[in-house]
Amino acid sequence: MLILECPYCGVTAEETEFHGGGEAHIKRYGPGSTEEEFNNYLFAKVNPKGVHFERWRHANGCGKWFHAARNTVTLEVYGTYTAQTSDIPQDIKDKVSAKVPGWSWREFE
Amino acid sequence: MSNPVSALQGAAYDGYVKVEELGLRGMITVRGNLASTKLKNAVKAATGAAMPKQRQISIADEGAVAWMSPDELLLLVSYDKVNEVIAAFEEAMAGQHFLAVNVSDARAMFRLSGDKVREVIAKISPVDMAQDEFNTGDFRRTRMAQIPAAFWMADEQTVEIICFRSVADYAYGLLKDAAEPGGEIGIFG
Ligand SMILES: [Zn+2]
Repeated sequence: MLILECPYCGVTAEETEFHGGGEAHIKRYGPGSTEEEFNNYLFAKVNPKGVHFERWRHANGCGKWFHAARNTVTLEVYGTYTAQTSDIPQDIKDKVSAKVPGWSWREFE
Repeated sequence: MSNPVSALQGAAYDGYVKVEELGLRGMITVRGNLASTKLKNAVKAATGAAMPKQRQISIADEGAVAWMSPDELLLLVSYDKVNEVIAAFEEAMAGQHFLAVNVSDARAMFRLSGDKVREVIAKISPVDMAQDEFNTGDFRRTRMAQIPAAFWMADEQTVEIICFRSVADYAYGLLKDAAEPGGEIGIFG
């Protein structure tokens, strides 16, 4: 059971109040992209064992989408941050680094 | 002329806390910039209540305002005044980017009363109902078992609940079950 904090309404609740929305920080490819880019955008997900970044929605709450940094092995949640960013905030990176030195995830580290 | 009725027409159950479906209540969903002075004034004029803080409900004599999200409020007014309240709200907000819509007939309301209301909620919602975590003035959107719901405590013995009208019957059954005599836990004193 994950405990997540919604960055919009400030509620800290267990995961049944939220809904997972898959991998975070996906760059979207649409018209004009190559078939390979479009295929990778739709289907190629990293699904790591360890540090992971996801999108979540406070479905049974304020309804907002946000980001979560967590660990798929330990189920530890490093932190959550708003959806209005295409980068991982430095304070979240620092929290991950404190527990998993030298981590990397896709193009982020 | 149509004769509006609430979802369960005032059904009530005497469990170890009392469960009542409340009658029709005027409800207006407002979206906009909650920091705007114009919006604050329009909300105050509509309900008599001040802008609530994050996850709070602000209650006045004739109405109430609940904080739903960083850009959403729920105004509670009397059912027969909804249209005039919206008309006045729209006039006050002319030229602003906002939305005010009548959702009264799409919602149902319940009231729990008794000295064990906290534990009845705690049975069905993932919310810490301890006295130092949830109190009068707090407003929480969450779920009750399988449905979305929102509630607040009017006082220490009273919880008021809003859910979608389409699931009013489910909510009533759920609340009755949680309040059934013999199911007392006594965790909140
Ligand atoms: Zn939220």
